[in-house]
Amino acid sequence: MKPAPFSLTFDGRRLTALPGQSIAAALWSAGILAWRTTRHGGAPRGAFCGMGTCYDCLATVNGRPNQRACLLPARPGDTVTTQEGTGHDG
Amino acid sequence: MTADLAVVGAGPAGLAAAVTAAGRGLDVTLLDAAERPGGQIHRHPARGPVPRPVRRLTRRLRGVTHLPAHHVWTVVRDGDTWLLHCVAGPDEAPATVRARAVLLATGAYERQLPFPGWTLPGVVGAGGAQAMLKGGLALPGRRVVVAGSGPLLLAVATTLAAAGARVPALVEAADYTAYARRLPALVRNPGKLAQGALHGGSLLRHTTRLLTRHAVTAAHGTRRVEAVTVARLDADWRPVPGTGRRVPCDVLAVGHGLVPQLELATGLGCATRRTPDGTPAVAVDGRQRTSVPGIWAAGETCGVGGAELARTEGEIAALCVAGDASAALARRRARLRAFADAMAAAHRPRPGWTDWLDDATEVCRCEEVTAGRVRHAVAELGALDARTVKLLTRAGMGWCQGRVCGQAVARLAGEDPAPDRRPLSCPVPLSQLAHLPEAGPEAGPAPEAPAPEAPGAE
Amino acid sequence: MSHVPDAVIIGAGVVGAACAYYASRAGLDVAVIDRGPVAGGTTGAGEGNLLVSDKEAGPELDLALLSIRLWRELADVLPPETEYEPKGGLVVAPDETALTALRAFAEAQRQAGVEAYEADADRLRDLEPRLAPGLAGGFHYPQDAQIQPAMAAAHLLRASGADVRPGEEVTGVLTDRQGAVRGVRTTRGDLHAPAVVNATGTWGGRIAELAGVHLPVLPRRGFVLVTEPLPPGLVRHKVYAADYIADVANGSAALQSSAVVEGTPAGPVLIGATRERVGFDRTLSTAALRRLAAQATALFPVLGGVRAIRAYHGFRPYLPDHLPAIGPDPRVPGLHHACGHEGAGIGLAPATGLLAAAALCGGRPALDVRPFRPDRFPEQKGPAA
Repeated sequence: MKPAPFSLTFDGRRLTALPGQSIAAALWSAGILAWRTTRHGGAPRGAFCGMGTCYDCLATVNGRPNQRACLLPARPGDTVTTQEGTGHDG
Repeated sequence: MTADLAVVGAGPAGLAAAVTAAGRGLDVTLLDAAERPGGQIHRHPARGPVPRPVRRLTRRLRGVTHLPAHHVWTVVRDGDTWLLHCVAGPDEAPATVRARAVLLATGAYERQLPFPGWTLPGVVGAGGAQAMLKGGLALPGRRVVVAGSGPLLLAVATTLAAAGARVPALVEAADYTAYARRLPALVRNPGKLAQGALHGGSLLRHTTRLLTRHAVTAAHGTRRVEAVTVARLDADWRPVPGTGRRVPCDVLAVGHGLVPQLELATGLGCATRRTPDGTPAVAVDGRQRTSVPGIWAAGETCGVGGAELARTEGEIAALCVAGDASAALARRRARLRAFADAMAAAHRPRPGWTDWLDDATEVCRCEEVTAGRVRHAVAELGALDARTVKLLTRAGMGWCQGRVCGQAVARLAGEDPAPDRRPLSCPVPLSQLAHLPEAGPEAGPAPEAPAPEAPGAE
Repeated sequence: MSHVPDAVIIGAGVVGAACAYYASRAGLDVAVIDRGPVAGGTTGAGEGNLLVSDKEAGPELDLALLSIRLWRELADVLPPETEYEPKGGLVVAPDETALTALRAFAEAQRQAGVEAYEADADRLRDLEPRLAPGLAGGFHYPQDAQIQPAMAAAHLLRASGADVRPGEEVTGVLTDRQGAVRGVRTTRGDLHAPAVVNATGTWGGRIAELAGVHLPVLPRRGFVLVTEPLPPGLVRHKVYAADYIADVANGSAALQSSAVVEGTPAGPVLIGATRERVGFDRTLSTAALRRLAAQATALFPVLGGVRAIRAYHGFRPYLPDHLPAIGPDPRVPGLHHACGHEGAGIGLAPATGLLAAAALCGGRPALDVRPFRPDRFPEQKGPAA
């Protein structure tokens, strides 16, 4: 049985994810490599270590900041937003 | 409720240990930070096919209490049992497990050596790229240069190529002929040789160029990686001037081998040893006992050596907890350890790699600390070790707590990396800490009662 | 033949660094030796509290007031990386009983020269908008400040121009036939000097022992919690609670403070520290973490959803009467001490350095040093209690 794809959004854009994919895998599959900017330099960052060690892939998911996108399973209807600074700003 | 054995980590070592211990009638709880068992090496998608070694073991997990998505942040003594405090699930809920014995099978993470441009999106860990591909069926691009050092690179390049990526070059800093000097260890491990040949063969079919004694010394691009510079290295891993050339790519998968994940063990006071590649690992005896009675360790935590060694050590540890031993397992362990040591020595980073760094290169990705600032702290401010560099620059003080930059910072400070000390092995919500169970007496004297004195602090 | 410095300072923590700075400024040529790196001991584990608010009127407060003035001067000399912040302290009282006690405490401090202003519940919210509701009131101490301790030590040392020798361990104190100090023996050889300053903090008792004198410095462990990076302004002052605690043991009552909660320029909020007499035990105390987290989230409920990413501990050096040992040791000519500051070493460092320098030069001390006399603890038989 082929698992059914579902959708989530990234900065308002609709993406398709496969069951079992992490948020980071879903973003990569859509060609998105960066979903955070650094606190000091404002540099773009995305998944680096891919296994939960480096925390570079921190994202705001459903309003909750600083989630490790490479570990967090994507769920239907998730809202992912680019995280700036500490994730608690604004 | 008290388990006979709590196993931390559901990779090859932890799975083998849990199954073996349960088979001996022990009441086993298996905790793992990931959603699915298998560890990094046997990542698999939720509804995709389960890798055979995992399938074989998970079938036998009946009778084992498996707690997935449980990140153990500390293990503390409580009377004659152990308490394992966890952050559980995506909601970071608190959980605590009590056990009479603990096996640490916390695995390893990838060693990274920084270079200019390594913070660009599209530069990813080699192990991470493989994990994301296996677990999430995702690739960040199509044209992937694989670089760094260690046997994992061959596996990564093969996996990527099999998934349809084009791998123009596999760039290995060490020289595979270094293995030749350790030939006896290799000859006793025919399985390893066959595996290596297999990787080589499938790569050839996909027209990958294998460059040994080379390194990616810079990544280029603005919003993402567009090309890398590949340069030849001398015996100390210094780039040979004039040999750099640009290779276009949209992904760089890079890593310099694996380093043991130690913080739960060091938090408990377990002794460590230095492995032949210069990294610390948990010291264990022939039956996987650490220096702390009641605490066992197995797998990569005791020194990186691959899945087969990890499974063997997991079984030995479980048998020991159950009061048993196996001479055949001990022989297999000795043979595989010797091979692992040979590999570690061959891929040990040579000191010249720091020549890849210019002063503007960020060494600490979290706190955006440059190599220039680290060098200033060492040369001008009296920092002799990674800890002092951290205090004087913030390198290693960010979210990852030095897991990514620690190895590099230690070497810039002129030392081999010290054993990791992180009393919290992952972030813990303050609300959880504030409501920790007021358990029985902990190790050591109880905290002192409020003293009648002027208010104060540090 | 290497030259002979005027003094050897043992210890490259913030106190040793301040001694070096003021001694150099007084014209002395000094060497600083440490078995580890700069700021490798308790300094590196400190939070950088420069506080007058937590000290009752007395000799330690006088030392703190002098230090606060000196830190303000030093802030102009040291580079911005030392993160000196004259942010002020805020001590809050959960209820009227605590507030009444705090009033009496602050009044005595004011007599001694401390600036302390009572803040009612509304004023508390102006000063710290994220504070929990329902607090009775508190006191604002504008003189309280903060600094990054390791940076402060490193840059004080650098500014001193001293010969800094990290990674060199003192194994003996050299004396002449009359028993006067003439230098130290180290793992790299002998270093001659007419004066030796013991600025080794928690390890001060050992150096005293090498010199043949008794100085009962003991370790007192403290844990600090560090949160994930947070936006600036979430916590604006150094904030802690003062509680009026009945002391069952002696039937009296005393003011007991909570952990200090403070923001840092780098983003994380620091929560510290606990106080435990457990020797040099390095294992994690979850009870200590629980207390820190409970106190911090009680003051700032917003922190409940924030994550701690790090915990660390240090060993405060304390002497039985909780005052430091500063100045020449009459038992061994040429031996000086500057240690035993308990949890206040960062704050008290400049005044200590100034007093130590005056003693080395034979000058007049800036304040009465008699309460800090190093020989005030009579030697006891058996191990130090």
